[in-house]
Amino acid sequence: MELQAVLMAAGGGSRMMDLTYNTPKPLLPVGNKPLIWYPLNLLERVGFEEVIVITTKEVQKMISTDPKVKLDVKMKLDLVCIQEDADMGTADALRHIQQKVKTDVLVVSCDLITDAALHEVVDLFRAHNATLSMLMSKAHEFTETVPGQKGKKKTGEQRDFVGVDDTGKRLLFMANEADLDEGVVIRKSIMRKHPRMHIKTGLVDAHLYCLKKSVVDFLADNKSISSIRGELVPYLVRKQFSKSTNSPKVIDETHQNLKKNDSNVNLEIQISSRDEELLHLTQERSCWNDHRGDMSDAYHGGRLRCYVHIMDEGICYRVNTLAAYIEANRLAPKLFDEPAVHPSAVVSERCLIGADSIIGASCQISDKTSIKRSTIGVSTTVREKVKVTNSIIMHGVTIEEGCNIQGSVICSNAVIGRGADIKYCLVGSAQRIEPDGEHTTASPHLAITHSPTPLYSN
Amino acid sequence: SSILHIAAVVVSGTSVVVYMYTWCLSSSIHISAVVVSMFSTIICGFLFLLVVKRLPEHVQVDDPAVVKRLAKKLERQQIPLRSDYGYKVSLFSHLHQYSRKAPLTQQLSIPSTVIHPSIVRLGLQYSQGIVAGSNARSVALLHAFKQVIRDYTTPPNEELSRDLVNKLKPYISFLNQCRPLSASMGNAIKYIKKEISNIPSQCKEEEAKTKLLTCIDRYIEEKIVLAAKAISKYAIEKISDGDVILVYGCSSLVNNILCEAFEKSRKFRVIVVDSRPRLEGREALRRLVQRGISCTYVLISALSYILPEVSKVFLGAHALLANGYVMSRVGTSQIALVARTFNVPVLVCCETYKFCEKVQTDSFVSNELDDPDDLMVTRKGKTQLENWQDVSSLGLLNLVYDVTPPDFVDLVITDLGMIPCTSVPVVLRVKNLDQ
Repeated sequence: MELQAVLMAAGGGSRMMDLTYNTPKPLLPVGNKPLIWYPLNLLERVGFEEVIVITTKEVQKMISTDPKVKLDVKMKLDLVCIQEDADMGTADALRHIQQKVKTDVLVVSCDLITDAALHEVVDLFRAHNATLSMLMSKAHEFTETVPGQKGKKKTGEQRDFVGVDDTGKRLLFMANEADLDEGVVIRKSIMRKHPRMHIKTGLVDAHLYCLKKSVVDFLADNKSISSIRGELVPYLVRKQFSKSTNSPKVIDETHQNLKKNDSNVNLEIQISSRDEELLHLTQERSCWNDHRGDMSDAYHGGRLRCYVHIMDEGICYRVNTLAAYIEANRLAPKLFDEPAVHPSAVVSERCLIGADSIIGASCQISDKTSIKRSTIGVSTTVREKVKVTNSIIMHGVTIEEGCNIQGSVICSNAVIGRGADIKYCLVGSAQRIEPDGEHTTASPHLAITHSPTPLYSN
Repeated sequence: SSILHIAAVVVSGTSVVVYMYTWCLSSSIHISAVVVSMFSTIICGFLFLLVVKRLPEHVQVDDPAVVKRLAKKLERQQIPLRSDYGYKVSLFSHLHQYSRKAPLTQQLSIPSTVIHPSIVRLGLQYSQGIVAGSNARSVALLHAFKQVIRDYTTPPNEELSRDLVNKLKPYISFLNQCRPLSASMGNAIKYIKKEISNIPSQCKEEEAKTKLLTCIDRYIEEKIVLAAKAISKYAIEKISDGDVILVYGCSSLVNNILCEAFEKSRKFRVIVVDSRPRLEGREALRRLVQRGISCTYVLISALSYILPEVSKVFLGAHALLANGYVMSRVGTSQIALVARTFNVPVLVCCETYKFCEKVQTDSFVSNELDDPDDLMVTRKGKTQLENWQDVSSLGLLNLVYDVTPPDFVDLVITDLGMIPCTSVPVVLRVKNLDQ
């Protein structure tokens, strides 16, 4: 077997607590499908037959019991549960399943929605015998206004600095603004080997990684690393240029010695493979070099290599903020070609449904409603004379007559009273909005969540 | 096809007999004898066509029937078909032309199940040019086969000697689709297939696998590593102090020879000739200068300018054909031609495992077309040929190999010794007898 897929679905969604306090993030509906369906669909399209899904007990229960959560994937899903309160990072989770990992792994995050050609990432991993290969995409500005937030997106968010070489494929430098005190510091040894480096900000990390099996074994021995993105990837990128990795071939005796002396088993010893001499002979006889201008061999003799594929066009979103969630809902229908209006929905004839709206199963849409650029969830009831524009309505919502909903997110099982006028707001799960209430932009953007008493109108 | 041969011989023999018989009777039965003799000659002619060896599929790309047959074969083996790219110059329209931007892995499932992962990796490295050069490709191929053999388990009711050969066939088709096989690779594959079929049926699987792995190691050691040492030994005799040696492109064997000669304290300097679009000479230059050899670098257009300084030309070869022609990187025949004009001796260095039974007298019949987009060059931010596909009368041709006639080659240095070019068929015959 060449690659094993691991899907990380145990994240909490800490940056969109408004949405996730009731529904776990992997099961948030995007385009009326649970969020976890998108990476699973990507893996299935590409040809995987089995996936190891690391998730919480709550999600596992909901997947197996809740009829609304239907994951119609043909792959075999191996669900591994971890404790919710254990505060495990992604690397910790990978360490947890080390026994199941038999070959190189492809780690995917559950909140990734993309139509990327995965073979580009995996080809870099295969062709250059890389230790790490990842996917990034040029970030697109979010154009929709986000309910519950004052003004535009906050600037001054922590930027990521990504340094790539001239070809744009080899990853040379990766740091987050939070870790840099005074400025971007680049070692001279890197500059000597790669005099031209392009440093890019404004890239979205898709959290899709191809890792060698030896990295998973290395994680098992080094328990201090807890997050793949935050700690493991920068560590591997730095290790490419460390002096010990570039020393000549390690002989077997030193291998044994180091294993006995060092409890911290070195990564570079683990990445040497069998038939190393044949690979060395091939590289010696091959007239290819990945760089030119200096006297060193291909890859500068380094055995640890990290590669990145940066997508220019195409959809790539990580649904971990509210803005991303709304944007994803707009674009998700392009990724699958099911009919916009579910066949089991009861839609009366005198309503106006725009072409870019999605109506879920078992909905009831009554007369004289107008639904534009919106997503209506499963088993939602929409009564007469309702206008829904630019909004996301989740499952089981009841919208009484005469409501006007614009640019808002209404979570599951909410009830919107008659004649309510909601603009750019976020209504939490199972909330009730008083009839004739008016919640608009005039008042500060409201996020109406977990209050046990019904809300007043402003 | 051997059955066909025998059947053809038998039937044509009988029809000749019938012809002779009717000829004897022709005096008495005039018309029917003519009819019978015509019939027998038609049968003879038809069988003769069957007996003649079919042309390989990769040089008949403009024949739709052949292409369809190939597509069916690949479909049976579950390997995707790689489609041709761009306008092909009409003289070479019978050859494949692929684009590097459309790798074959696009159509494969990602955890590849049909094809062994090390073969997929190898195919990618071939098509992207990471493993380039006849020796490197053969060594990489044998390394991948070692992985395949290690991971192989005999299915029940099957014999290893027959099943493993069948397993290797789709892998070879896949590699052929990624990049056409070289002559050295073809010989290595023949050797492995012979070794596998020669495994006795009572041999246990583990034993058979270790035997095959040691065979492969021995093949590499003998035919590539030791052969290189032997060739260096012979070639160093030909290098004298004060020589100016001209090399072309990056031949691993020639680089090896020059480095060994330098280590044995011969005093010489090297002129490296290079050509676009591959510019492999830069890599050769780097390796030689790294050792301390003093080098000069020119492009092939400056060849006649630099040749008066040269005392010998050392060339590497991709394959040596049965009629003594040398198949090597495109540009080699030019160098040999100009060197002959200047009366500079041309020495070709080639291991015996690269000798092949093909016969070719020109570079058109069988060649390899590389990605035409490699010919585009960007200078000062502008790529002039960017939209070459839109110009209907423009074709880009990126040839990889050419053949040099034996008249231009003075000596071939092999691991069996120094032989003239015309002795290649003798070597082949001796090799076949050995086997």
